[in-house]
Amino acid sequence: MDLFEYQARELFRRHGVPVPDAAVASDPAGVRAAARVLGGATVVKAQVKTGGRGKAGGVRLAADPAAAEAAARDVLGMDIKGHRVRRVMVAKTADVAREFYVAYLLDRAAGTFLAMASAEGGMDVEEVAAARPEALARIPVDPEEGVTGAVARRIAAAGGLPAAAVPVLVALWEVCTAEDALLVEVNPLVTTADGAVLALDGKVTLDDSARFRHPEHAAYDEPEEAGSLEAAARAKGLNYVKLDGRVGIVGNGAGLVMSTLDVVAGNGAAPANFLDIGGGASADVMADGLGVILADPDVASVFVNVFGGITACDAVADGIVRALERIELTRPLVVRLDGNSAERGREILAAAGHPLVTQVDTMDGAAARAASVPARS
Amino acid sequence: MAVFLSAASRVVVQGMTGAEGRRHTRRMLASGTAVVGGVNPRKAGTSVAFDGREVPVHGTVKEAVAATGADVSVVFVPPPYVRAAVDEAVDAGLGLVVVITEGVPVHDTVAFRARAEAAGVRLVGPNCPGLISPGLSNAGIIPADITGPGRIGLVSKSGTLTYQLMYELRDLGFSTCVGIGGDPVVGTTHIDCLRAFEADPATELVVMIGEIGGDAEERAADFVKAGVTKPVVGYVAGFTAPEGRTMGHAGAIVSGSTGTALAKKEALEAAGVRVGTTPSETARLAREALG
Repeated sequence: MDLFEYQARELFRRHGVPVPDAAVASDPAGVRAAARVLGGATVVKAQVKTGGRGKAGGVRLAADPAAAEAAARDVLGMDIKGHRVRRVMVAKTADVAREFYVAYLLDRAAGTFLAMASAEGGMDVEEVAAARPEALARIPVDPEEGVTGAVARRIAAAGGLPAAAVPVLVALWEVCTAEDALLVEVNPLVTTADGAVLALDGKVTLDDSARFRHPEHAAYDEPEEAGSLEAAARAKGLNYVKLDGRVGIVGNGAGLVMSTLDVVAGNGAAPANFLDIGGGASADVMADGLGVILADPDVASVFVNVFGGITACDAVADGIVRALERIELTRPLVVRLDGNSAERGREILAAAGHPLVTQVDTMDGAAARAASVPARS
Repeated sequence: MAVFLSAASRVVVQGMTGAEGRRHTRRMLASGTAVVGGVNPRKAGTSVAFDGREVPVHGTVKEAVAATGADVSVVFVPPPYVRAAVDEAVDAGLGLVVVITEGVPVHDTVAFRARAEAAGVRLVGPNCPGLISPGLSNAGIIPADITGPGRIGLVSKSGTLTYQLMYELRDLGFSTCVGIGGDPVVGTTHIDCLRAFEADPATELVVMIGEIGGDAEERAADFVKAGVTKPVVGYVAGFTAPEGRTMGHAGAIVSGSTGTALAKKEALEAAGVRVGTTPSETARLAREALG
């Protein structure tokens, strides 16, 4: 899960990373009040989980509380790359002397975390990496040793960071490990005219798999729009992603479902969703999944694609039959069952004899059939 | 012959007394795997009956190894306990540790992966279906009744796509199928499997299944180009996945312009790997390549 800047700042502060004084607000009056408390010039920053907000006009300098309120009026509600600005962070401006870049991120290929540091802060790090790779130090972090003072000194030296950044590097590693983060990035990390070091902007991605040891991270969950399909799916414990096409898709196993989306798209129709009912899925899970998909008004046809490995196809068929007892099916449902107990599953569906349910033997054939419906409707 | 497993493999199951552990231990035994023990410190000295066969439960992996000569562990324990379980297996001197559990924190995987590597222990997973050498041994949850022994080696990030391809090519059979797992960090990689299959006399062709996220497939493509002489057929899932969304597997995410299915397919094709657009077409290409 990606955090907002103000949430990253909170984590930084908790682990002793120096950050500017700031507050978060969701209305202009709140921004004015916060700016008054902070005193002096402030910066009003859109809180969105995407890059490029500066270019989009989402970051404004304000000389006084009235200017901060006016800036918030402009920024709140703004659309930045499809992200609506619902909150702004108002922060005390810093007297910046120099800007640096530091990050800890997961190097998937090496299977370790990587420290990255550069004296060219404030820029797009991907641009720096592409144009002048030598300006971006990359140092693998030994998971056993972590980032000690000695390791931090090496990172700072390699990236051209001042000695004052060393304790900040240690504290940021503490953020990474103690909070189970997959990414901790500060851009820019600055030195001020009076020699202090400050993390002016931060980005943190938390590991969703580590949630069991961080119940407090639940506070960062975005409240889903009530009644949304994603909220309904999550409530049922289903792995669902809404897409913008018209063929609803249910399958078992992430790889097979991704593949099913691709094969449907290859037959000329865009998928309406990703839904993985998982390995060993029961009839109930299948029924729940079908319920979520059929609640989507964009869906013109549904493709159930199951290869029974651990999952038994007769249970899947039972789930389909059960779902159709609850929900009136008005759109074609194409089913392909193979593998574990496929014969029994096919018999169950055939015996149910629903006029809108079609069984097709192969994944490609079934995809073609399901994809042909939106084109006709 | 096969890779990583043999008919002599002796398997202990960490988490054998849990529901998943029991279910899959029964299946492993039914497919002829020598499951010689389970590990559970609270149930040491007891045993579990599987279709009339008693499998003893040991207090530690070390004790299980001493008592049974086990050399492989399959781990089913819940996510909070995986790190300690793998560390224990590595310290007990097993040669192969297979982690089936889904939802292991990445920092934990990074730590036990480094420990396994330093000790020279092969780690498969986490979040994987394990591996099977049909007719010889089955360490994990891959169904043993899909197909039998044969000439194809398979490596995949996805469990169900593994089963699908095994099914499509069931008449030809497989030397070993390795499900390496769908997490951002895993032990054994596509490259490790390609290297092993290249050296395995029983394997004549490799089917390699990838999906969005990271650059493991691109790296594997470089490896194929540099040193794989056997034919390799590929498949990549996730062309229609939107940027920035996790598609079921924790590691299946396109971040910015990295990790796309198209980039992986192009890299593989540039390395001379024929890449199918569907699982069926991939099976067809494998058939053609075997002649």
